[in-house]
Amino acid sequence: MKGRVISPGKAEGRALVSKEPIGFYGGVDMKTGIVIEKGHPLEGKSVKDKILVFPCGKGSTVGSYVIYGLKKNGVAPLGIINKETETIVATGAILAGIPCIDGIDIEKIPDGAYVIMDADNGIIEIKEEP
Amino acid sequence: MYLTKEEEKMLDGEYGEVVERMFRLLVRLGDIYGAEKMIPIGSAQIAGVSYKSIGDPGLEFLEDMASKGARVKVLSFLNPAGMDLEQWKKLGFPEDFAERQLRIIEAFRKMGIVITSTCTPYLAGNLPRYREHIAWSESSAVSFANSVIGARTNREGGPSALAAAICGRTPDYGLHRFENRQPNVKVKVEAELSRISDYGALGYVIGKEIKNKIPYFVGIKNANVDQLKSLGAAMAASGAVALYHIEGITPEADLVEKDGIEEISVEERDIKKVYEDLDCGEDPDIVIFGCPHASIREIMDLVNLLSNRKLKKPLWICTSRSVKELSDRIGLTEIIERAGGYVVSDTCMVVSPIEKMGYNTTGVNSGKAANYLPGFCKQKVVFASMEELVERIT
Repeated sequence: MKGRVISPGKAEGRALVSKEPIGFYGGVDMKTGIVIEKGHPLEGKSVKDKILVFPCGKGSTVGSYVIYGLKKNGVAPLGIINKETETIVATGAILAGIPCIDGIDIEKIPDGAYVIMDADNGIIEIKEEP
Repeated sequence: MYLTKEEEKMLDGEYGEVVERMFRLLVRLGDIYGAEKMIPIGSAQIAGVSYKSIGDPGLEFLEDMASKGARVKVLSFLNPAGMDLEQWKKLGFPEDFAERQLRIIEAFRKMGIVITSTCTPYLAGNLPRYREHIAWSESSAVSFANSVIGARTNREGGPSALAAAICGRTPDYGLHRFENRQPNVKVKVEAELSRISDYGALGYVIGKEIKNKIPYFVGIKNANVDQLKSLGAAMAASGAVALYHIEGITPEADLVEKDGIEEISVEERDIKKVYEDLDCGEDPDIVIFGCPHASIREIMDLVNLLSNRKLKKPLWICTSRSVKELSDRIGLTEIIERAGGYVVSDTCMVVSPIEKMGYNTTGVNSGKAANYLPGFCKQKVVFASMEELVERIT
């Protein structure tokens, strides 16, 4: 699949897929990488070392700083794939240096699939179904 | 996007990691919003300063940037902080909050930013000219710069304004382009507006109705800078208005296309209803003026109202450090303090933790503050004119 480069780089790993938007500020713990938003489909799961797949960001703009903090604390996702990246996630991914691609039909990425991201060229490959 | 040779170098990392990341951020945001090139900016105004707003994630990010050697290229001012940076102890700000707030300020200082925490940079030494491109954040300052001065800025987020300050550039889209500065709703004002709070009430009701449109006002006969800043602040808070035009008053009003756009009107009773709706009916625990930060004229107005009266409740008037300096020098601060009030600077009621300082009901003459205080500070609000509020607590 081909999308738009938001933040360059290469990454590969298991997909963690959310059908719901993610609000990072108050939604993901910056120290542990665990999703803490009550009732969120990913609640209790860790974003660490995953290819995090979700439609778009939501909530406070401080979310950008949380994404940066996740990276600094070593609990960030390896890469981010969105349907449409808005400014909160774009800002966070670029500042943190996390590869990020948008414009992807995320319905086609099954949770747990092994995904290879070439975010220098905006290319995503699903190497292995879960 | 077209980039100059110099800009290519920034993106290729020739000026280091910080510039590369920050410039990449601007280029991507430009791509997202359809910019074709970058434009140089004259100044920046950076939001995301209060510890209450950005918390530990923001604090850690800013300290990291400062330690990596981030430096701003253009005149850069800060948004209000979460407390008065000098007299926070006297005003009762919590110690642990203060410690973290001062670390945020120190990080900004290391980056070469002028430590003047204010939402009215144009009254405190950062004044753009007509048609100058700038990258400002704070919604009322953005509205004032665009509308009253005719400078050009989008409403930047904290990181994008910091990136613009560090790179000296911003992507050319949105309100930087004249074609996007055209009004799309005409607002006929059929009410007498005299007090600053009347303009706040007008802004409050219009912002709610038109959301992020660009209004063209007719029927406002005269308005000074203080009234205009109150109007713009309220519209930016209750809606997302970043630019307005007023016939006969603002600089681009004669240049823009205003024929054939939707029309709405505001009458006396609409203004009156705002005062009624925004009065919780209880007595305020504290009265706070200066949202946006008070000018020296507003401080003078307050002093005239206070003449030989004693306040029964706390009163703050928030302003920039430089206006407070004037107020100190001509003895206004002393008169206000003798009555039992404070001239507070670097902060305001919206970004300070007043809910943790024992206050539940706040009296304000600002449409913007009335809009934000219930959500941000868990306050009940009494919205009234400065005269009435002083009357109620003396």
